Amino acid sequence: MSCALLLLLMSLALAMGTGAAVEIQRPRGVPLSSELENKPFTCLDGSSTIPFDRVNDDYCDCRDGSDEPGTAACPNGSFHCTNAGFRPAFIPSSRINDGICDCCDTTDEYNSGATCQNTCREMGRKERESLQIMAEITKEGFLLKQQLIHEAKRGQEDKQGKLTELQGSKKGLEEKVEALRTVKETAEDPEKEAKERHLKAWEEQKELLRMEKDKTRMAECVTVGDIQRYFRLQSHLELDPDSDGSLSETETQGLLGGADKVDTSTFETVWSGIKDKYLSEGQSEPPAPVETPQEESRDFVSDHDSDHYPEDYAGEEEEDVEDDEEDDHDEEEEEEKVPPTVQTPEKREDDEVSMPPYDTETQSLIDAAQKARDDFDEAERALREVDDQMKNLEKEIGFDFGPSAEFAYLYSQCYELSTSEYIYRLCPFNRVSQKPKFGGSETNLGLWGQWAGPEGNLYSVMKYDHGQGCWQGPNRSTTVKLTCGKETVVTSTSEPSRCEYLMEFTTPAVCQEPASLDEVLHGHTEL
Amino acid sequence: MAAFIVRMGPLLVLWLAVFLSGTWAVDRGNFKTCDQSAFCKRQRALKPGQSPYRALLETLELTNTKLTLQLINDNNKVRLLLELYRLQGNMTRVKINELKPLKPRFEVPDVLINNPPTEPLSLLSQDENGVVLSLGADSQWLIVSAKPFRLDIMEGREVLLSLNSRGLLAFEHLRIRKDTQVDPEGAEKKEETDAANEQAEGETAKEDGMWEETFKSHTDNKPNGPSSISLDFSLPGVEHVYGIPEHADSLKLKTTDGGDPYRLFNLDVFQYELFNPMALYGAIPVMLSHSAQRTMGIFWLNAAETWVDISSNTAGKTVFGQMLDYVQGSSETPQTDVRWISESGIIDVFIMLGPTPTDVFSQYASLTGTQAFPPLSALAYHQCRWNYNDQEDVAAVDQGFDEHDIPYDFIWLDIEHTDGKRYFTWDPHKFPQPKDMLQGLMDKRRKMVTIVDPHIKVDSSYKIHNEIRSKGFYVKNKDGGDYEGWCWPGNSGYPDFTNPEMRAWWASMFAYDQYEGSMENMYTWNDMNEPSVFNGPEVTMHKDALHGNWENRDLHNLYGLYVQMATAEGLIERSGGVERPFVLTRAFFAGSQRYGAVWTGDNTAEWEHLKISIPMCLSLGLVGVSFCGADVGGFFKSPSTELLVRWYQTGAYQPFFRAHAHLDTPRREPWLFGPENTALIREAVRQRYALLPYWYQLFYHAHHSGQPVMRPLWVEYPQDTATFSMDDQFLLGRDLLVHPVTEEGGRGVTAYLPGKGEVWFDVHTFQKHNGAQNLYIPVTISSIPVFQRGGSIIPRKARVRRSSSCMEHDPYTLFVALSPKRFAQGELYIDDGHTFNFDKQKQFIHRRLSFANKALSSRNLAPGSQFITPSWIEKIVILGASKPSKATLKTPDGKENLLEFEFDASMSVLTLRKPGVNAGVDWTVVLQ
Repeated sequence: MSCALLLLLMSLALAMGTGAAVEIQRPRGVPLSSELENKPFTCLDGSSTIPFDRVNDDYCDCRDGSDEPGTAACPNGSFHCTNAGFRPAFIPSSRINDGICDCCDTTDEYNSGATCQNTCREMGRKERESLQIMAEITKEGFLLKQQLIHEAKRGQEDKQGKLTELQGSKKGLEEKVEALRTVKETAEDPEKEAKERHLKAWEEQKELLRMEKDKTRMAECVTVGDIQRYFRLQSHLELDPDSDGSLSETETQGLLGGADKVDTSTFETVWSGIKDKYLSEGQSEPPAPVETPQEESRDFVSDHDSDHYPEDYAGEEEEDVEDDEEDDHDEEEEEEKVPPTVQTPEKREDDEVSMPPYDTETQSLIDAAQKARDDFDEAERALREVDDQMKNLEKEIGFDFGPSAEFAYLYSQCYELSTSEYIYRLCPFNRVSQKPKFGGSETNLGLWGQWAGPEGNLYSVMKYDHGQGCWQGPNRSTTVKLTCGKETVVTSTSEPSRCEYLMEFTTPAVCQEPASLDEVLHGHTEL
Repeated sequence: MAAFIVRMGPLLVLWLAVFLSGTWAVDRGNFKTCDQSAFCKRQRALKPGQSPYRALLETLELTNTKLTLQLINDNNKVRLLLELYRLQGNMTRVKINELKPLKPRFEVPDVLINNPPTEPLSLLSQDENGVVLSLGADSQWLIVSAKPFRLDIMEGREVLLSLNSRGLLAFEHLRIRKDTQVDPEGAEKKEETDAANEQAEGETAKEDGMWEETFKSHTDNKPNGPSSISLDFSLPGVEHVYGIPEHADSLKLKTTDGGDPYRLFNLDVFQYELFNPMALYGAIPVMLSHSAQRTMGIFWLNAAETWVDISSNTAGKTVFGQMLDYVQGSSETPQTDVRWISESGIIDVFIMLGPTPTDVFSQYASLTGTQAFPPLSALAYHQCRWNYNDQEDVAAVDQGFDEHDIPYDFIWLDIEHTDGKRYFTWDPHKFPQPKDMLQGLMDKRRKMVTIVDPHIKVDSSYKIHNEIRSKGFYVKNKDGGDYEGWCWPGNSGYPDFTNPEMRAWWASMFAYDQYEGSMENMYTWNDMNEPSVFNGPEVTMHKDALHGNWENRDLHNLYGLYVQMATAEGLIERSGGVERPFVLTRAFFAGSQRYGAVWTGDNTAEWEHLKISIPMCLSLGLVGVSFCGADVGGFFKSPSTELLVRWYQTGAYQPFFRAHAHLDTPRREPWLFGPENTALIREAVRQRYALLPYWYQLFYHAHHSGQPVMRPLWVEYPQDTATFSMDDQFLLGRDLLVHPVTEEGGRGVTAYLPGKGEVWFDVHTFQKHNGAQNLYIPVTISSIPVFQRGGSIIPRKARVRRSSSCMEHDPYTLFVALSPKRFAQGELYIDDGHTFNFDKQKQFIHRRLSFANKALSSRNLAPGSQFITPSWIEKIVILGASKPSKATLKTPDGKENLLEFEFDASMSVLTLRKPGVNAGVDWTVVLQ
């Protein structure tokens, strides 16, 4: 509907009224075209044509509501407020004469008894003032933004340069690593051989020693009872010939060849017969005292668990679990970095006799290999470092810092806002968090997600999500609304819905190129 | 409650472990079964058989108002006193108490609106077997049989209802404890005298739970010992019984054989389950029976924990079996047997003999009063959430409604608005300027409700607590100290609302100078008034807590009623008796309808919960409480968009229309689900607003005569057996039939349109359908199947504005739906919408609208009344009309005007353009 026609129709409504007395001045400056008068009116959707005196007669004749722009008769109509001194507006026609002042020029309440003040002038003044302030802020902000863009560009170039530089040094490092790897491998082969030689010699020597030891041990054992006690043969039922559950002295005697005394050589014959059996059974039956503490400690752990999380706490537990998961995650990462300290069972052999030192030749081979290894490791570490640096740089370069990278300056910065209860912390492109002022741990309110502004203004809203889980609710998330300001600061936070936070953030980076102030003001005072 | 754990954190950890099992559904283990409730178990162990009670006819006394007669239990020789009253309006009252109780037994006060007026009984005959009394006209008799004692109410040769016909009358007389622990010497002496009694009775003092019972960690001390009562009722010819809310169950009550009885005991049930007889927040011990021949009611006036068993001789039969009975003309008549069991008090039963549903409603209303007539705006849409965070939030939501052009009248503040859950206060940071906020709403002609719960934070710096404590107004524990329990604020006291002085003081706290920050557009919500006690047995008050001389055991179910009573009184008083109050309550009892609205408590955002809202509110309507609703969207959990839209569409056609949501759920204001869904919700809300004149008229009737607003179909079609179990559709008044879409992904509904020879008009398309048929209606997401009865006239206001107050003076559109005989009738009720002037000064307009002989007229129904309205008749839409040659409007001043009209031949709809006549005067439109 054209503005002029609408104004006309409204003015007619005001002039004609309905059954009740309506007295209100027609808004000035709207020409009343006498040509239209007394001509039938066709609804704007063309659905029907009505006599002109049915326009604004407080009865809805047109399906599209076009015959009653000045009354509340049509459910889908609109009313136009001129609002001289301020800004013109359309309101739903259901707000005409509803006792509430909607138009600042009071024209919507011409027959409701509501006493409305014309506030257009005042509102216009206020709006101009705030527009002026905003315009100034925008102007300065926009200048700052240009700097930011400039800096970002330079920063970006720096980073790109650094990256190129790193790429160069990476290449060199890679070559170095490869060279050192060859050196290392060349040094390791003779080392390995020498070590194996040395080890084999030592194994042979160890076997001799062991046999010696057995002989010495046997020499002193003379009576059957001694043997029995020493080897605890009674408990070795696998040796029991009649399987009656006990190994008597006589039976042991039998095992030992019938003698009640044995010398070393006799024993050795018999012993070598039963030794394997004795030992294998002995090993398969792990000594009790070693096992017990392990079981106890397991029990302890499970007791501890159930104490800590009684079933009744299912609800709270959930949150704890979430926390734990996060912690676990961190721990895992740490574990990966720290080499595992595994207790090797071979260590027990240290109890016996330690391996003799390497001979000088072997030792020098080892030393040479070790040096090659160290050199290689160092080169590899250097390469990794360069890789990391490059990755970080690439990540930063790859971030969407806005059309002109004007948001780049926010990267790796944090901004805080202190409320009565909490300190809120926004680290743009990283995370949002909340920490109680008076003790208590920090809560993650969301990790950088994406730009989430409406179409055409994508960079006006940031979204942070996948924060700490809420009990029976979603994971915490934060929406950050960006508005133009000279300073970069968090101005407010709220939690409109449980665990969904809203943060207001001003930054020059969103300041738009200002229209000239005159233009702004002119645009609004035109009517 | 959920948030409660999080927020109260360390403070409550100790008892939380005991109280909350932390599951996300009702924990049945927190609530007793009959087997776990000692008296129920004892009583239910009694099986039908020969009653030990005998009427001592020689003690019969008949006065003008009543008959009294002693009964004796032949087993223990304890005597009871029976009082029989014939009450005006076709009711019989049966009272049974101990003849000489050790101490008085509790009789429920403040529920009956007066001492019910009696009619004389006359003795027709008497012999050694019993007496026959005449119950006034209608050839009704009351037969008292002596041995065993039983009562039969007859009409002609037909038995309408029998009492104690199954011999389940049981009265645990008060006795002195023989337990040696208490008083060894006294008990010994007593033992000699009582020995005979006790032995004869076959019980011992140590029998289960008579003097003490323990449930979970709570021990109930019972200084008065066993005191329960029970009585059975047989209803020959009856297969359908209804009522005894509140249960999350079907409209037609189920038989309870093999399961638990229906339980009536006001409880805060966390995440209640559907389709079971567990107790919920409120209790109304009124049951209706209905058959094609007759409707009757049983009102068991007892406020103690009560269980109701229902059995039926036809319930177990298959349809085929029933058909066989019918064909062969064989078998017994159908019969329903009911048994009431209460923990203490007396037997005081009102038998409402109908015979029509309307009669039963009037009869019950004459006993307990009618629905409070709410302010018109309370019938509009309410926007609630736990919680609107602060004043800015309230302003933003208010603004959101205007931006999206959705009307609303009330915005609600839940517990977080207070200063540390201290009711009557405001959080100083979030709501520093409550009057500014309220003024902002008033400027938009809107209103607010704040929550005021009956648990009071024990805090010596809290004025309300200090006053209650110093006045001795708290409920006491069994040892005489102030009873304390945990609720939202932590440790809390519970004011003794049964004390009239306490109630008067409470009411005075709502004065504008007492309740700081309150204004006349602020109303009240009473939650947690079962009362909820987080660490109490079954999450409520200990039964041995004391209200003056009475134990909570005796009057538990009354507490919530008194809270709402005192609050409503406060809102009336603050306006000097001028303004109608609006108070929402969660707990209720018989008579609560007089004080405001109820809702079905903390439901869940699930389709089944949407469905159950219909039978739950229908059941309440049958027993007086018309102002009923369920949380739109569901309180717990988050609804799918489709469910939310369907719930708005359903709620728009239920009496109390409020959206509400749990603290932990995402926001769900109507515009948060995209423009299409916003439009769907807007349309549902607008339909509600357009229909407000009809809603208001229905509530006027509910207030006037006790007729329910939301009705099961059988109420209007009492002989149509097809309607007897229906609870997926309902009537509003007589004239609108609503079948909401409550199925996920619903493509169509099958509505039953009742009434042979009647017609129904789709209110959206004006399509005409015949009655007495199942009609399949294809639906889309925008459909709300609603039909107007042919023969009715319904007023609407087509100009939907942002609040009902804004529509006050708007013109009316009359929808005249003609019957096949081209007749229609309706009403128009208008008053100021918010004061008592309609009652005190007869300031209202009540008109009869009728269409007959091709003429539609408006005539005064209340000649003594006067009220001036600027509203006029904007449009008249006649459905099922034929095209006239002309339409003439005649007004009282003798003027005649020709009206323009449009006729839609395809739908037979005649629209009369702008009669323009004032809504309060006589007029006639003649069609020629």
